Amino acid sequence: MNPDHSILTLLLLTPLVGAVVLALIPEREADIPGQSGSKIHAIGALVVTLLTFLFTLHLPAHFNYAAAPGSFQFEENYSWITSPAIRYHLGVDGLSMWLIVLAGFLAPIGVLASWNTIKQRSKLFYILFLLQQVAMLGIFVALDLFLYYGFWEFSLVPLTLLIATFGRTENRRRAAIKFFLYAFIPSAILLIAIIWLYVQTNTFQLNELHGMALAKAISPNSKAMLLCSIAFLVAFGVKVPIFPLHGWLQDAVSEAPTAAVMVLAGKLGLYSILRFSFGIFPDQSHYVAPLLIALGAVGIAYGSLIALIKTDLKKLAAFSTLAHASFVVLGIFTFTVAGLDGGVFQILNESLVGAAFFILLGLLYERYGTYELRDYGGLAARHPWMVTMFVIMTLAAVGLPMLNGFVGEFLILSGSMQSLIAHHILWTVVGTTGVIFGAGYMLWMIQRIFYGSLGHRPKEVTGWDLTAREHLELWPFAALFLVMGVASPLWMKAIDTFGAPTVDINTDITMNMSPRPATQPTFVDPTLASAALGKPAPTTDKGARY
Amino acid sequence: MFLLSFLYLLLFVIPEGNLLFASRATESIMDNTNLLWLIPTLPFAGFLINGTLGRKLPRAAVSAIALLFTVLPALIVAKLWLILKADGAPLALQAVSRPWIAVSGFHVDFAFTVDHLTLIMLSIITGVGFLIHIYSVGYMAYEEGFWRFFAYLNLFMFFMLVLVLSSSFLLLFVGWEGVGLASYLLIGFYFTKDSAANAGKKAFIVNRIGDFGFLLAMFLLIAHFGSLDFNTVFSHAATTAAPFTAICLLLALGATGKSAQIPLYVWLPDAMEGPTPVSALIHAATMVTAGIYMVARCHVLFNLSPTALAVVACIGAATALLAATIGMVQNDIKRVLAYSTVSQLGYMFMACGVGAYSAGIFHVMTHAFFKALLFLAAGSVIHALGGEQDMRKMGALRKRIPITFWTMSAGVFAIAGFPFLSGFFSKDEILFQAFTAGTAVGKFAWAIGVFTAFLTSFYMFRLWFKTFFGASHVVEHNTHDHHAAHDSHGSHGVHESPLVMTAPLMILAVLAIIGGIVGVPTAFGGHNEFEHFLDPVLSSGHEVVAASSGTAIALSTVATLAFALGLGLAYQLYIRKPGTSREIAKKLQPIYSLLDHKYWVDEVYNFAIVGSLLNVSRIALSGIVDTGIVQGSIGLLSSGTGALASVTRRMQSGNIRSYAGWLALGAAAVIAITIFIH
Repeated sequence: MNPDHSILTLLLLTPLVGAVVLALIPEREADIPGQSGSKIHAIGALVVTLLTFLFTLHLPAHFNYAAAPGSFQFEENYSWITSPAIRYHLGVDGLSMWLIVLAGFLAPIGVLASWNTIKQRSKLFYILFLLQQVAMLGIFVALDLFLYYGFWEFSLVPLTLLIATFGRTENRRRAAIKFFLYAFIPSAILLIAIIWLYVQTNTFQLNELHGMALAKAISPNSKAMLLCSIAFLVAFGVKVPIFPLHGWLQDAVSEAPTAAVMVLAGKLGLYSILRFSFGIFPDQSHYVAPLLIALGAVGIAYGSLIALIKTDLKKLAAFSTLAHASFVVLGIFTFTVAGLDGGVFQILNESLVGAAFFILLGLLYERYGTYELRDYGGLAARHPWMVTMFVIMTLAAVGLPMLNGFVGEFLILSGSMQSLIAHHILWTVVGTTGVIFGAGYMLWMIQRIFYGSLGHRPKEVTGWDLTAREHLELWPFAALFLVMGVASPLWMKAIDTFGAPTVDINTDITMNMSPRPATQPTFVDPTLASAALGKPAPTTDKGARY
Repeated sequence: MFLLSFLYLLLFVIPEGNLLFASRATESIMDNTNLLWLIPTLPFAGFLINGTLGRKLPRAAVSAIALLFTVLPALIVAKLWLILKADGAPLALQAVSRPWIAVSGFHVDFAFTVDHLTLIMLSIITGVGFLIHIYSVGYMAYEEGFWRFFAYLNLFMFFMLVLVLSSSFLLLFVGWEGVGLASYLLIGFYFTKDSAANAGKKAFIVNRIGDFGFLLAMFLLIAHFGSLDFNTVFSHAATTAAPFTAICLLLALGATGKSAQIPLYVWLPDAMEGPTPVSALIHAATMVTAGIYMVARCHVLFNLSPTALAVVACIGAATALLAATIGMVQNDIKRVLAYSTVSQLGYMFMACGVGAYSAGIFHVMTHAFFKALLFLAAGSVIHALGGEQDMRKMGALRKRIPITFWTMSAGVFAIAGFPFLSGFFSKDEILFQAFTAGTAVGKFAWAIGVFTAFLTSFYMFRLWFKTFFGASHVVEHNTHDHHAAHDSHGSHGVHESPLVMTAPLMILAVLAIIGGIVGVPTAFGGHNEFEHFLDPVLSSGHEVVAASSGTAIALSTVATLAFALGLGLAYQLYIRKPGTSREIAKKLQPIYSLLDHKYWVDEVYNFAIVGSLLNVSRIALSGIVDTGIVQGSIGLLSSGTGALASVTRRMQSGNIRSYAGWLALGAAAVIAITIFIH
């Protein structure tokens, strides 16, 4: 059997089976309260997630970069229910491939980050964690709207439970409910929209819907279609979150355990917008693009400015997440190649930097038991390795060139300047202020934690520098920040196979909708660009020249 | 793992052709391009070695590594000069490797170019940089974190070399931000001091404001040229309708950040919190001139926008004057030099603004000599006094630290414009070009420039007299160590620095004295070789009016008079009648206070910009929008709907079975609806 035809099912089954196996292993609570019990579930989860990660690497190893634009690879397509026509349809393209690998990569690190912090009910924790992993991978690979919706709804359950059960303070229930309500209500409306769409078209298949949308076969220009697209966008936008739908974010983030925070925001919603909003509603997405560009730009400035005044580290990080996710929103709605490619790349960055950020904050909390910035100070001499990792993460977050964050932010903002979408150039300027404010709150945070004289909490408690396990959690991030920042084409090559065709489709729409002519840059030699992406081009000399 | 990923990256960046094969015909070319890659890579290797292993290495090994990886690039640059000499033709080496960022329709490669402008900058950076590395071995000998210091210093060299080698805006920006990072790390080197940590952060953020402009300029360039490659942009600039004024003003904003000009100069004086060799290398000789280099590099664009040029000239003139006036009343020896640097950078900006780019670069070079010298000599003074930086506690040091005195004197005379020293020629060239530019802005800039020359001479000799002459105010047996890090040298009393520190001083002193001979104008019997050397790159934007050598000599005389006047005034106030300065300060209390408080610019910035921004964030955004509207709406939603509330209450039971039940119920409802609809 060709592994290409079953790898995706294997990816979904591995954590699922893992969860079932973990459920069968009885839990042995520690004899002394407060001490952690047996590590068997953690070890099991680590093995399962590592295995899953290994399987995800099959995708970039066998990805076909020359495949026709818009086509899917590693497809599995079986009929599941004939009426209504629901199919078990999975597939991967340049958009989802690296996101899947990312999800695979983060999972074992999430397990490691929970190693000592989850002391009680660890069995439940790791089962939920693995189920969440199934849901997330399912979202990334499902190409049948109904199947996708199943994974989407399903992902809410483990996350809500993780927050409600393993939250940090008494506030956890409230935060979980808030998160659930925020996510559930729009999702219910999303379901109605999906069903309405099915009634119109008789299909749940993404590629068929996409084709019909391009042929303007689904009640074109109707109000209902626009409403339907908005239902999609809002449901996804809440999960991103897009400003001003971020009401749940700071409570959920401050309660959720590190491993759950890593998947809470960002990639699921953003991916869904790119896949479904753009795929099924190209015209409508285009119609709302000016608004979303504005919301993205405002979100960047807004998130950064609020992060500037937060003294609770988790809340600071929550608003930093909002700002970073807003970069992606700004980028993808410009409908330029730079904006889209940069946006997808930025989803990876945002997840990696955010994960490293929350892990580092977790390490501080583990040592000093507080997230209050004012309690810290002067830790640099005590934790030389920790401050090194904090600074590397900070530099990636503020977009220092040669680290990953810069590539994404740069492409996004430059895309917003070139965009043919009718938008005011002011939004580019507003978005770009993010580079100032971002440096502001991150460096301020570093200074408050690590520099100056010893804060009052570190005076009471003696902490220790990174342990071997913590080094193992953090160095992969540092290495990735650097490699992704210097060798971005390795990733961009796949992402561009999604970004460039998406823009082509939407440029036609732009042409039809606005009278403004395209200001195509005059001097770009297309062969150069294609050579730069590693596609064959006869004329370029890649070696050194005089 | 970091090392491994670096090795991997090295393989990625170095073009495959260079590794695998080199055809015989292109062998020598290949060698040269490989040399280009080596120039920045070597200091980076030094950074990695010292950064990862330095903690465990002995100090001698750390300094040997740091010096080795700094002297090698200097040797390569020397080789480039030999190639130039052998070739005869203008130098234009290029090395292109893989793309760094590539999407359909746009890409930026790792690509380096060396032309005459770059060669000058490379020589300054590696030459002066190496000397300062040597000096640091002595200066930092007793510091904690010796390895950290040298790792950062090598990191700085790496980014600075990338900055001048790059052949596109974006790669230049890599170096641009990177030197900012190194500067942040080095200013905050004594991170347990709040003032140092604050200064580092301030430098980074203020520079980020400039970078914001630089980024926007690049976005505009991409939108109109589709490329950020220097060649592509410059060769199409004349025939493209792009908003050049906007682009150039945004680039200039970037330059005001890095080169400490109005309105973003405020970070540089605070940056003196860093160790003195850092002030010499980064905040005087190299990094702060990056803005000048960038403007000169983009002269094709600036020449297309007279408005932007005029703005640059005015900013430069205003900054030169403003900083010089502040420098007159400072008492911290390093602060005087810091304001002096801001002021001198103003001259260079002014030169660019009147289209005299090569004069600006000439001043970059001479300034690198004499200002690095001044800082290092000041460091030697501070070293001798066990960490004392206040000039009111110095005096009569010339006999006690003679080498420092004599070398520093060379620097003082050079910057003040003593005839035929390096600063004299470069400053005169700028003033001459401004005067003959034929514009009102040029004449205005000239007038300010001459007045500033007088101020410069005054405050430099003030420093010189207060430090080395008059009565001694040195607190012997230094018990009061305000510079904690210098504890260990405090006990020996006043002493001359070791050879490892004085040798670089002597070399720089020679350069500060004779460094101007490469740019002697025709009026003084020279050939202005420096300007001709840069001609292939900086073919002047405006046709220089063929001014008679009479004009040149007349202008030089005026400038020399300004020098003499400043010297005379300082002599009068600080040697002949010490104490008069205090009386004058008392009489002119408002003005003195204004200068002493640096025009209250920091306070205004803090209050008007930082303060109001934080208040907007706290009250309007966080208070009203976030808590009130964004969070409030969901509160209303959940509490307002009774039914919903009761459902949610049941849902939050925390019981997994009830959650599963809800899920099943939901799923059943969905299926029922689907089937029903169907």
